[in-house]
Amino acid sequence: MLETLDAVKETAIKRRDFLRSVGGGVLVLFTLGEVDAQESGRGGHRGSGNEQLPEDLAAWLHIGPDGAITAFTGKVEVGQNIRTSLTQAVADELRCTPGMVKLIMGDTALTPWDMGTFGSRTTPTMAPILREMAGTAREALAESAAQRWGVKRDEISFDKGCLIGPSGKKLTFGELASKLDWAKTIGQKDSATPADKWIIGGTSVPKVGAREIVTGRHRYPSDQKLPGMLYGRVLRPPSFGAKLTSVDTSAAAAVPGVTVVHDGDFVGVAAANEQLANKTIELIQAKWQETPQISAKDLFAYIKKNGEQSGSAPETQHKSTYTVAYIAHTPLEPRAAVATWSGGKLTVWTGTQRPFGVREELAQAFNLSQADVHVLMPDTGSAYGGKHSGECAVEAARLAKGAGEPVKLIWTREEEFTWAYFRPAGVIEVASGVDRDGRLTSWDFRNNMSGPAGLESPYTAGNEFIHFYPVDSPLREGSYRGLASTANHFARESHIDELAAAAGTDPLAFRLKNLKNDRVRAVLEAAAERFDWPKRKASSNRGFGLACGMDKGGFVACCAEVSITPDRNLRVEHVVEAWDSGAIVNPEHLKNQVEGAIVMGLGGALFEAIDFADGRILNDRFSKYRVPRFSDVPKIDVVLIDRKDVPSAGAGEIPLVGIAPAIANAVYSATKIRIRSMPILPAFQASA
Amino acid sequence: MDLAINGVRKRVDTDPERPLLWVLRNELDLIGAKFGCGEGQCGACTVLIDGVAQRSCITPVGAAVGKQITTIEGLADGDRVHPVQSAFIECDAMQCGYCTAGMILSTVALLRQNGSPSEAEIKQGLEGNVCRCGTYNRIVDAVQRAAKTMTSEAKEPRHA
Ligand code: FES
Ligand code: FES
Repeated sequence: MLETLDAVKETAIKRRDFLRSVGGGVLVLFTLGEVDAQESGRGGHRGSGNEQLPEDLAAWLHIGPDGAITAFTGKVEVGQNIRTSLTQAVADELRCTPGMVKLIMGDTALTPWDMGTFGSRTTPTMAPILREMAGTAREALAESAAQRWGVKRDEISFDKGCLIGPSGKKLTFGELASKLDWAKTIGQKDSATPADKWIIGGTSVPKVGAREIVTGRHRYPSDQKLPGMLYGRVLRPPSFGAKLTSVDTSAAAAVPGVTVVHDGDFVGVAAANEQLANKTIELIQAKWQETPQISAKDLFAYIKKNGEQSGSAPETQHKSTYTVAYIAHTPLEPRAAVATWSGGKLTVWTGTQRPFGVREELAQAFNLSQADVHVLMPDTGSAYGGKHSGECAVEAARLAKGAGEPVKLIWTREEEFTWAYFRPAGVIEVASGVDRDGRLTSWDFRNNMSGPAGLESPYTAGNEFIHFYPVDSPLREGSYRGLASTANHFARESHIDELAAAAGTDPLAFRLKNLKNDRVRAVLEAAAERFDWPKRKASSNRGFGLACGMDKGGFVACCAEVSITPDRNLRVEHVVEAWDSGAIVNPEHLKNQVEGAIVMGLGGALFEAIDFADGRILNDRFSKYRVPRFSDVPKIDVVLIDRKDVPSAGAGEIPLVGIAPAIANAVYSATKIRIRSMPILPAFQASA
Repeated sequence: MDLAINGVRKRVDTDPERPLLWVLRNELDLIGAKFGCGEGQCGACTVLIDGVAQRSCITPVGAAVGKQITTIEGLADGDRVHPVQSAFIECDAMQCGYCTAGMILSTVALLRQNGSPSEAEIKQGLEGNVCRCGTYNRIVDAVQRAAKTMTSEAKEPRHA
């Protein structure tokens, strides 16, 4: 509890004051805008009245007089292990150990503004920025040591946070930084150490914070606690879009220790404990006016009607339609927030991929200036693209305001399933032609509603038409790990398999013949080799499939072995996935990400689907919505391709896209049944 | 109500029907047990009661009176982490880590019953625990690693 109190006090320190207050030492700021060329003592940045920091700062890094190295970034940790990989970047450039570096992340009072942590952008954008800053700091320290010792910069080397001069002279970072009062703003200068010279980058540094996790000491957003804190519950409408017509809160309000908050359509309670909050919310009598809406059974007809009717390329020989269902992220930690008000200012701890976006939502909801809202994002129990928005934070803040005390709100699993947002469903129509030599001659690919990510085809086709047609989504939709890349890869790689089968060609050979992208080719060859593809011959109860693709700087190929039980169950037995996202930052963590993406992708591939009718989610809990468990998980072999000559791309998303088509293709190889919908299992079982 | 948690007696004044999870988290600030579903389906809230893994979200606190409760906070011996905890670190058997406490405690209970479980037995034993980040295979590795490094004495939880 003490830590959180301290954190509240910290919030009182405004960012620019913070920069003034960090004391002496070395400070490097990174701007995305114009570089203030002036290298300076503190004057340029502090204490000279110039207190307005440029808005376009991306990150900053400080080495304190005590030698403490702290990097500040608005990015957040949700299990993708960027706290570790970014620490590696800083340690590498400072030639120190990862344990000496501390990262402050996703805190709107302490870190620079950041758009959010999504789109696999942290590794390609934030890591190089931290490297540039750390490298600048390193050179400043080295220059200063060189001056003090009267030697050349080249004569100075580094060892675990110390600078070593000729004849063994030694100074710690702290000793030097305390004498230096130095700050500099830098911009992109491409001076980061290249991957083939990395020492800490490229190695499997253990997860930062793992010990706090295994001992239960790490406080996730839902674990935050403040003195006097109350527990909230929100009254939910019976269906999406329902309007509150009347409400009677008198019974709830009469319960001692309970505050009822009613503000427009928002009704909630704050109570001394969660049990009281749960009981009291039940006492509220509300009437709602509901509106008719599309149900799951009508979904694909609706999308087709409102999407683009498929045209077909002139020489089209083959035409198929693919569908994907809505699915839910179901992060194991549901949305949670703790909100507290003090003197008209609001502080909220919450799990979000966009702390600055949530700050804006809060400022708007309560008519505050953004400076009066502080959002903190403790490392969170995962997100997968599902925690971009701030509704839980707004609700907690509303309750806290009404109750006059801090309030914690943790969404129930049912709320998380219903009131968050979904990965969009979609209908994808593909029409193509192949010549007698087995070469693609035309490619007409139309995605309705699910999204434009990963539309680009890695194959050569003479005549290409690729387009995304937005459709108003019946359910609230949003980003999901990999976005529509999963749907588009499912359609494309299923379709390519259909063409190979129609041409009587091996699916691997067909792909290799038509691929134009060399990195896709390389991963495909690597995966096929490890999987021993040529030797894998399907039988009626065992199939083998493969798929490949690319998006966001990542290149993936996936081979799957699927067994089919007599009762028409599908089990994925073995997966080999080859992955190339440029220079590898942390091999073990990268493997972990790829494995996790395969497992998550397997859920959406085989059985995950949101069922809904009349504005209600019908499978809003784990007992009704199946997610992958131990028994579903295949043996997984990951082949990593380390391209030190190419900048590192993100790897949290795209390793997910190959598994669904690989499974569908494996099912076809065994049964000659082509499943063109995700999830595959119910469609396969219905195909009997 | 008197509870024995991690070898320490705690007195709480609350409804015996209240789920143990919320008493631990909200009354005693033992936040290692996590909320994931509230219906016994995910294992995030797992604690040991007399050495057996239980879903604290569906266990009334009254049912734990007179028994030894072990939460993740009580597993390490001072600064020395339990072999299952170190195996999870060594195998990198986590991403966000939200499932980890429940996985570790379920593993401790499993190894108490079966000191060297096969892969199939591990998967079956942990089937009720969800890792949405999909680190299942690493968790299996961690369980096997822990089984190898642990003495039979260590397999008995300290407060069971
Ligand atoms: S929270 Fe108890 S099993 Fe999910
Ligand atoms: S590590 Fe995130 S749920 Fe298991």
